[in-house]
Amino acid sequence: MNLLELLGYFNYWVFAIVLMVGLYTVIAKINLVKKLIGLSIFQSAVFLMYITMDKVEGGTAPIILKGMEGNVFSNPLPQVLILTAIVVGVSTLALGLAIVVRIYESYGTIEEDEILDAD
Amino acid sequence: MIIVFALFLLTLLVITALAIVQTTNLFVAVMLTSIFSLLMASNFFILDAADVALTEAAVGAGITTVIFLAALMLTTEHEKPHLSRRKLNTVVITILASLIIYATFDKPRLGDPDAPVHQHLAPWYLEKTPEYMDFPNVVTAILGSFRGYDTLGEVFVVFAACIGVLFILGVKPPEGSTYNPYRSGLKHHLIPQVVGRLLIPFLVLFGLYVQFHGEYSPGGGFQAGALIASAIILYALLEGEAAALRAVPRSVLLGLVIGGATLYGGVGVVCILMGGNFLEYTVLLDNPVAAQQTGIILIEAGVGMAVCGALLSIFHAFAARPMRV
Repeated sequence: MNLLELLGYFNYWVFAIVLMVGLYTVIAKINLVKKLIGLSIFQSAVFLMYITMDKVEGGTAPIILKGMEGNVFSNPLPQVLILTAIVVGVSTLALGLAIVVRIYESYGTIEEDEILDAD
Repeated sequence: MIIVFALFLLTLLVITALAIVQTTNLFVAVMLTSIFSLLMASNFFILDAADVALTEAAVGAGITTVIFLAALMLTTEHEKPHLSRRKLNTVVITILASLIIYATFDKPRLGDPDAPVHQHLAPWYLEKTPEYMDFPNVVTAILGSFRGYDTLGEVFVVFAACIGVLFILGVKPPEGSTYNPYRSGLKHHLIPQVVGRLLIPFLVLFGLYVQFHGEYSPGGGFQAGALIASAIILYALLEGEAAALRAVPRSVLLGLVIGGATLYGGVGVVCILMGGNFLEYTVLLDNPVAAQQTGIILIEAGVGMAVCGALLSIFHAFAARPMRV
């Protein structure tokens, strides 16, 4: 396996590392806002994997202009799935943050162990 | 050359992610998240996903950051440097990461045209879009028509999340809360004022262009909604929340959210009433291609309205909340 073929997997390695960084933040950090940041990193890593799969060698963005019908185009389907997922991601993140704000108003802290102690 | 650039961007992405975990100042972490999103958008663009890059840049780097900052304003920006079961977590994460990296060697190489993902549906979409819709952007065609049910579901998720935030943050604030001092905006800062006033009209114009040109170039309702929402959020940051609410009142925002979702669903119901299936646009007009285009333009308008209204309602819900003291 030569170097260029190995580099073909680089995107997936970055996906794996960023995914695990996100997961680590979610399970190891006890600050609730930090956990949500970790969750959005985790989510971005999944987006990166989907978009990596859409690339076709020598291809271009799937916009078929007149006279370009013979070109190679990248796969449009993963793009559609991720495009909508990004917007849904921000709305659900806002919902999570709203709950965190209410927790802070009730407990005066957003550290998980202090909240558990207060209960 | 482009490969070297991609490697550089991906390496920066990993470094930024590690820095986000490392810092104990949440304000720094949020700013780094914004940089992370911009790097991610550049990567998406290199990987031929222009529509996704536009969405990630508008939503990830823009609106997510503002919502995080609004939440930090209402809570605290300092994180206690305490970790739970650090050694165990590190071991678990390392094992999982090695397993996933080992599994990637079974995946098709980046850009392999023979990969299974390129074999089944995608060639059909690329072949039929010019025939059925007669416009260039295949992503919009799939989003609006071929997979219109999915998109309807996503719009309703955004709608539901917006209602949820309004419910959670709409209740009476605790005793002794005060309004934050930045509600009046950055009126006394000259440079943001001048730059912002210049930017806002062009942001709105670009948003409208992305909305109505989405069939021909990267863009569509999701991106346009996010762009216009960010323009109005910028106005709110500069002139104060009250000025932004005078320009676009809450009732208009709620109307946009409800109207957008209803428009999308309504187009589907009209299709049924005219003898087709739900969201089968071809029955709308005599010419099936024109009917597809009409249907897609209508539902994209619905998506744009719903996303813009929902994101702005969420922003105002955070901005209007008094701080606990």
